[in-house]
Amino acid sequence: MTNPTLSWNLVHDVQELLAYRFMVNALQAGTVVAVMAGAVGWYMVLRRQSFAGHTIAVMSFPGAAGAALAGVPSALGYYLACGVAALAIGRRRGADRGGRSRDSATIGVVQVAGLALGFLFLSLYDGVLEQLETLLFGTFLGIDRAQVITLLAVAVVVLGALAFVGRPLLLASLDPEVARARAVPVGTLDLGFMLLLGVTVAATSQITGALLVFALLVAPPAAAQAITSRPGLGLALSVGFALLITWLGLGVSYFSIYPLGFFVTTFGFSVFLLAKLAGFARARPGVV
Amino acid sequence: MLAHEFVRNAYLAGTPLALACGLIGWFTVLRGQVFAGDALSHVAFVGAIAAAVVGVDERVGLFALTLALAGGMAGLGRRAQADDVTIGVVFSWVLGIGVLLIAVLGTSSSGGSGLIVANTLFGSIFGLSGGESAVAAAVGVAVVLIASAIAKPLLFASFDPELAGLQGVPVRLLGLVLLGLIGAVTAEGTQAIGALLVLGLIAAPAGAALRLTSKPYLGMACSTGIALVAMWGGIALSYAIPSLPPSTAIVGIAVGAYALASIASTIGLWAPRHPISTRAGQAAREAHLP
Repeated sequence: MTNPTLSWNLVHDVQELLAYRFMVNALQAGTVVAVMAGAVGWYMVLRRQSFAGHTIAVMSFPGAAGAALAGVPSALGYYLACGVAALAIGRRRGADRGGRSRDSATIGVVQVAGLALGFLFLSLYDGVLEQLETLLFGTFLGIDRAQVITLLAVAVVVLGALAFVGRPLLLASLDPEVARARAVPVGTLDLGFMLLLGVTVAATSQITGALLVFALLVAPPAAAQAITSRPGLGLALSVGFALLITWLGLGVSYFSIYPLGFFVTTFGFSVFLLAKLAGFARARPGVV
Repeated sequence: MLAHEFVRNAYLAGTPLALACGLIGWFTVLRGQVFAGDALSHVAFVGAIAAAVVGVDERVGLFALTLALAGGMAGLGRRAQADDVTIGVVFSWVLGIGVLLIAVLGTSSSGGSGLIVANTLFGSIFGLSGGESAVAAAVGVAVVLIASAIAKPLLFASFDPELAGLQGVPVRLLGLVLLGLIGAVTAEGTQAIGALLVLGLIAAPAGAALRLTSKPYLGMACSTGIALVAMWGGIALSYAIPSLPPSTAIVGIAVGAYALASIASTIGLWAPRHPISTRAGQAAREAHLP
């Protein structure tokens, strides 16, 4: 295999890129991840739960370390750790000072408890440490067919569930009081959304690592919400940005010696900045 | 136990750092800013790696990056409080730069980056030299002194920013100073005792204290006390059980205190008589009215 070189002929470049099985797998997995993260992340950003999302993302560490120690498949560890953390964070406690203060303390405590346990598992197991970087930053280029299929199945379930609760969840996120008055089960939706977030992160972070899944969950939706306050358009934009960032990131990192994580986060940050500027220029109030 | 130098050093560095974390943690949790502290503790490792790439002392990178980010967060938001989405986007980008730096470091020298990541995340309070623990202790003491000096106006500014602003309290500046203090503790704590431990001692004792009492100064004392007990108890526990890492033991005690406090207040065993906002707001206002 020769070193990849970038020519001015873009069609040729794309052909070269698609000639490799691992690149095709990576692009397919990236597409599924981007759609899922763009949609779930849009609700996460709307609900002001980025800290919760980040905390669930780092649960991949205790999940992987615990699975290694117990001798079970690491996927099981990811789902367990993310699910438990999602339930432990639980409901939002309202937007007043007391609620925000309690939420922020609870999420912080869940995160350090998870990390401390992970560290304990790691020191008891003695041998996962070499994988620490992979854990944080992922191995996008080592995905096989089975992983892509599993990811696709999880995405269908998550997106189906999100479509099912989408409308009431929107109301419960924006105005819990009104939602309660209209007999929307706000508490159940809060917990349900955290579980959806947990499953999304668990499925995604096995491939992307803890850092990238969070970047894809937060940057595209934040950019979309800086541009438009309309839910449908916002969701579509968010998914579109996530796809753009992932494809560009995978394409550029293939031709570069530098890692995917850097490109995806940088493109995400750039899209966010551009969207903020565009939002300021139009000077229209956003959804949040 | 105290005959061992590494245990003495752990207590020497740990005690002031625990006091500092407990005290500023109370304000951090009160203002709902734990995510900001979390982001600072995660970017600290990028500073350490950047310093390694440039070839300067790790501590320079740690302090420069965390303090710069603290300033940036304070500048971005109203009342010097950036919203969580901005924090999330910015700090995931900084971590992305960290990934790039690891790659640069990996190509220029032979590895070791995984070790840096592990060390800055988890540190080891048992690995401190006498000089290192003295520096950590000095930073801890300085943070406690500054935080005590601004406690009264900061309390006022946290509860009633509008009124505080009208009375000439520099609300923005106080927010910036608080973030700077979090940044300083994080930067020093990260390389001495690990980011995990710093965040744990900021979030858990303060979270417990705010569940237990609505009196501000009692709450601060309570938070500092829990942090101190966790630090001392954790070091002793980890010394007694060699397979238990000190970070896990210390954080474990703090998280346990938080869990007990939340359970007690949730089942109604113990509850502050007044909501914290009314009680402390009143105290803050009284302290400032002539």
